Amino acid sequence: MSDVEAVRKRPNYAGVFWSLFILTILEIIAANTPFAKVLVVVTLVILALMKAGLVALYYMHLKFEKYVFYVIVFFPLLLAVILTVLVLADKAIA
Amino acid sequence: METESTHIGSIGVDTRKLGMWVFLASEIMFFSGLIGSYIVLRFANLEVWPVPSTVLNIPLTAVNTFILICSSAALVLGLSSIQRGYKEGLQVGLLLTILLGTLFLSIQVKEYRELIHDGFTISSSIFGSCFFTLTGFHGAHVFAGVVWLIVVFALSFGPRFSRDQYCGVEMAGLYWHFVDLVWIILFTILYLI
Repeated sequence: MSDVEAVRKRPNYAGVFWSLFILTILEIIAANTPFAKVLVVVTLVILALMKAGLVALYYMHLKFEKYVFYVIVFFPLLLAVILTVLVLADKAIA
Repeated sequence: METESTHIGSIGVDTRKLGMWVFLASEIMFFSGLIGSYIVLRFANLEVWPVPSTVLNIPLTAVNTFILICSSAALVLGLSSIQRGYKEGLQVGLLLTILLGTLFLSIQVKEYRELIHDGFTISSSIFGSCFFTLTGFHGAHVFAGVVWLIVVFALSFGPRFSRDQYCGVEMAGLYWHFVDLVWIILFTILYLI
């Protein structure tokens, strides 16, 4: 068994579960704080990305996969971000 | 005998898993397109966009989010069980995931009924159109995931899955976790922001 396989056999699933649980509670608390809207939105987006990252890396085992899988995942995301930014920019110019 | 290493392609990865990830990439584009449209529409209608918490039931959906997170944890423990050759653990994990997925859908139907009863429908506002389109497509994916898991659960009673053969469980798991991941994003942008 290689080192990678050895690690893969024992991801800390319980740790990921409790992290997701705590991050969800933090999200709800953050959404109800009286701080500036921009600060709240940025905090919520960061928390959501952390949760999504935990699911992808550990539950979907992306952390233990080869580089090609990262390319498959991030390329369409990049295209979507470019599309959204361009449409928003077009709206702002118009 | 066919094992997990039988399907390793020329680039050194399991071709079945590669195919599944390519499918998930198409799903990423699908949901990214919907979410991107939501962002653009929201920015274009800021003055008429309601505060989500005044329309939607946030506590109920927070519970639903927790249910989906629990279902992902149950499924990953089921996969871990079969990787150690423990088939009963797989079956318990799959059954729990199916039940939690069904509970998620039931709560979503309850939420829809309450919202429609209060006059918030797919045609009542631009927010309503976005909300029902995004959550509706996600719900359809959860339904497809539950059906897929029921098939895997039924197959788990035969000789199909073992310590050396668990790809079918892993593929269903990848899809289910992806659906969970999409909900994490939707919950934040639709309900909290």
